[in-house]
Amino acid sequence: MCLAIPALIKSIDKNHEAEVDMGGIARRISLRLTPEAEVGDYVIVHTGYAINILDQQEALETLKLFEQLAQAAQEEH
Amino acid sequence: MKFLSEFRDSALAKGVISQIHHRSKMSARFMEFCGGHTVTIFRYGIRQALPETIEMLSGPGCPVCVTATADLDKAIALAQVPDVIIATFGDMLKVPGSFSSLQQTKAEGADVRMVYSTMDAVRMAEENPDKRVVFLGIGFETTAPTIAASVLQAEEKRLENYTVLSLHKLCPPVIKTLLDSGEVRLDGLICPGHVSAVIGSTAWEFVARDYGIPCVVSGFEPLDVLQCVDMLVTQVEGQDSKVEIAYRRGVQPEGNPEALRLMDNVFEHCSAHWRGMGTIPNSGLRLRRTYQRFDADCVFDIDPGPTREPEGCICGAILRGINTPPDCNLFGKACTPVNPVGPCMVSAEGSCSAYYLYEGGNRGG
Repeated sequence: MCLAIPALIKSIDKNHEAEVDMGGIARRISLRLTPEAEVGDYVIVHTGYAINILDQQEALETLKLFEQLAQAAQEEH
Repeated sequence: MKFLSEFRDSALAKGVISQIHHRSKMSARFMEFCGGHTVTIFRYGIRQALPETIEMLSGPGCPVCVTATADLDKAIALAQVPDVIIATFGDMLKVPGSFSSLQQTKAEGADVRMVYSTMDAVRMAEENPDKRVVFLGIGFETTAPTIAASVLQAEEKRLENYTVLSLHKLCPPVIKTLLDSGEVRLDGLICPGHVSAVIGSTAWEFVARDYGIPCVVSGFEPLDVLQCVDMLVTQVEGQDSKVEIAYRRGVQPEGNPEALRLMDNVFEHCSAHWRGMGTIPNSGLRLRRTYQRFDADCVFDIDPGPTREPEGCICGAILRGINTPPDCNLFGKACTPVNPVGPCMVSAEGSCSAYYLYEGGNRGG
């Protein structure tokens, strides 16, 4: 029920509503809970509301960590 | 899908799994609080990928599952009031109340409509000025700010026909109740990612500090859960207990201050009745006095009468982590996703449904 997925903000109107790209699907969501979100940000969307701005830097760092672990595991074998 | 599919990469998963196997020496029992995590764990076969030292246990983090029968009966009774439209998230439709379900009531002529967002419910109220729209406010801290936003939106639009039946529940108090009961022993807690996106990881500090249980906030993709398990194992092996975040792209220690502000503006804490756990003080949200005109509990005088619990159903014990679905005599026989008896089989995030779909329904009794 707490399902939420990342979406890219394409445009924002004056009512704090945004047009987002959710994996190729265009949707209209509310930015009322993340008023500082900007065009180009990824937000985490739950039931039509962005509940947080996705930290892209952190995401990339986490993926880099996974890659290092995968490489280490491969070298072990 | 960017920032989603990368976290499902099986080649990357191998590295984390290998590290977990390498690190884990002591046996440890971890609870995934959230039903969303239960689904990820089953769908991607995470239990099977983990070393035998690690036992995974599902917790009470499914809002549909923990909604008390009496509250469900109230929603069903509200649906029968003339000119009322019940707006609800789809998950609630099939959950059996004492004598009926919302879906059955709808089939009998009640106006029950499924919505994706509270924004749809507010629009419905605007478009149907001669009807009264009641939104079923089910959910944890992830959902509550969106319901608060809808109340504020209804106020701004001066709507007089929009109310919320607030059945919201809060996660930290139920974890405390579960731990205080002494019924389950835990060596680690997988904390809910999207609840924590709102309330912050600091909300779990009491678990690490007062109960000595390692806590890691996790995202919902398989790599997120594996990273979380790895971090819990590291704490267990190092005899540490602290709160960490394995979902740093989505969660900050302080949470989302604006969501918390809106929630606090509209709601106040109240006691709430949880299926399987009884009444827990300060574990629910009701609308503040200033917003009483949007509170379905104040606007409508509803008495659904005495409740009846389904005979033989052990959802309550499953939600407390003291039983697993195959322990139930009804599981896979009288109770299946097509004909669910208890809420844990109805909700896609319920443990019974996850066990049935991914482990096979013939393991019952």
